[in-house]
Amino acid sequence: MIGTAFYIAALIAVLSTVMVITRYNIMHALLYLVVSLLAVAVVLYLYGAPFMATLEVIVYAGAIMVLLIFFVMMLNLGKESAAQEKLWLKPRIWIFPSLLCIILLGELVFLVLQNRQPVSGVQVVNPKEVGIALFGPYILAVELTGMLLMAGIVGAYHLGRQKEKTLHRFLENNQS
Amino acid sequence: MINIWWIIGGVLFALLNTAAGLIWVERRMLALWQDRYGPNRAGPFGLLVVLADTIKLFFKEDWIPPFADKVVFVFAPGVVMLSVLMSFVVMPFAPGIVVADLNIGLLFFLAMSSLGVYSVVLGGWASNNKYALLGAMRGASQMISYEVFMGLALMGVVVLSGSFNLAEIVEAQRKVWFIIPQFIGFLIFLVAGVAETHRLPFDIPEAESELVAGFHSEYSGMKFGMFFIGEYLGVTLISGMLVTLYFGGWLGPAFLPPVLWFVIKTFAFIMLFILFRASMPRPRYDQLMEYGWKVLFPLSILNLMVTAAIKLWLNS
Repeated sequence: MIGTAFYIAALIAVLSTVMVITRYNIMHALLYLVVSLLAVAVVLYLYGAPFMATLEVIVYAGAIMVLLIFFVMMLNLGKESAAQEKLWLKPRIWIFPSLLCIILLGELVFLVLQNRQPVSGVQVVNPKEVGIALFGPYILAVELTGMLLMAGIVGAYHLGRQKEKTLHRFLENNQS
Repeated sequence: MINIWWIIGGVLFALLNTAAGLIWVERRMLALWQDRYGPNRAGPFGLLVVLADTIKLFFKEDWIPPFADKVVFVFAPGVVMLSVLMSFVVMPFAPGIVVADLNIGLLFFLAMSSLGVYSVVLGGWASNNKYALLGAMRGASQMISYEVFMGLALMGVVVLSGSFNLAEIVEAQRKVWFIIPQFIGFLIFLVAGVAETHRLPFDIPEAESELVAGFHSEYSGMKFGMFFIGEYLGVTLISGMLVTLYFGGWLGPAFLPPVLWFVIKTFAFIMLFILFRASMPRPRYDQLMEYGWKVLFPLSILNLMVTAAIKLWLNS
């Protein structure tokens, strides 16, 4: 049961990721990336990490991808950019790297099949255990991440700071 | 234990009928508050106006603009229905009457509501129309920002009940409903919920007086109908969540069955949503963002910290 569901979700993830790479229209590529993230969330849920699965949806599919789509939407990329992409993605360019990747994939599959052990019972990790682990042994990592995010926020504030706010152009002379 | 298929069918039946019936309820209530009659000709009390509207939507020409991105254009209205209906999966209507009793119920609701943004964004982008694009941009920024403190406001409830499971959250309110210890959280969630369903006064993505019809300017026929019904479903969802999280869900005096208590409370909140529409002016876009990030965001963090501190102090 879990095995079948896993293979379906994994197949969707792989297929949609391939589609991400091969689409000429960047918006379609991003949508396939969303599908891929959702498929990964399903895999996480199946193997006993429901908390991580929902976070994957909330943070990656629901926030970061929306922001990416938001920016792409404002760039107004039309048919020209798709044509440009088509020009760049010639077989001469992609065939050699993908051949190398296929060799690596073959090696990986071979290695995985070498020591094949069936998964012995899925252990479900509930949100409370995740919280206890994060604020127990991994507290240092959490704090460091917090500092990193703080630096990002301060940087964003600095970049986005406005000089003087005038609500209307007629008021500009009065203020300065 | 009632058969799961009966629950799924019943929930779907009740929800879709509620959403369609809300067309009539909203128009009648708006009329009442504005001192006029509203639709009162077709059928008893004008009830058949729902049927008339539906038939009209079905028979309208379903036009896809030639300049639109066809696949995404067709796909976008489905997303809103799907994400809202999926959120109802975790909602406990009464003890035992819940489609999936997940132990991450609240997070699942947040995840689905964050996916709901895509309907606005994709619908606006695929229309390839300036008004629709403006509406989509406003919608995306509004929904992403209000999602942040919607989640933070809910964490106060999680701290008090110690669980993400919605049925357990309801059970934790046996002594006192969370509206009393979490009043600030309730207000923040209410405001964020209105913004998340982009209903008036926060209907900035649509704003018919500025943007024609915002992100769904180009939609017609049943595709527009999906956005329309999706909005009413969203109102029902947020009302149901408010009841579940802050007003004791199905709990109530025993002379009525639990499901009925849930329905009555939810309808009270739906009425509140309609009253908002009847009485409040729309804020400007920058006012909305400033209010969100400068007032609601610090307030929700403060609420969470104070709640957690009091909980720790009581436990020790």
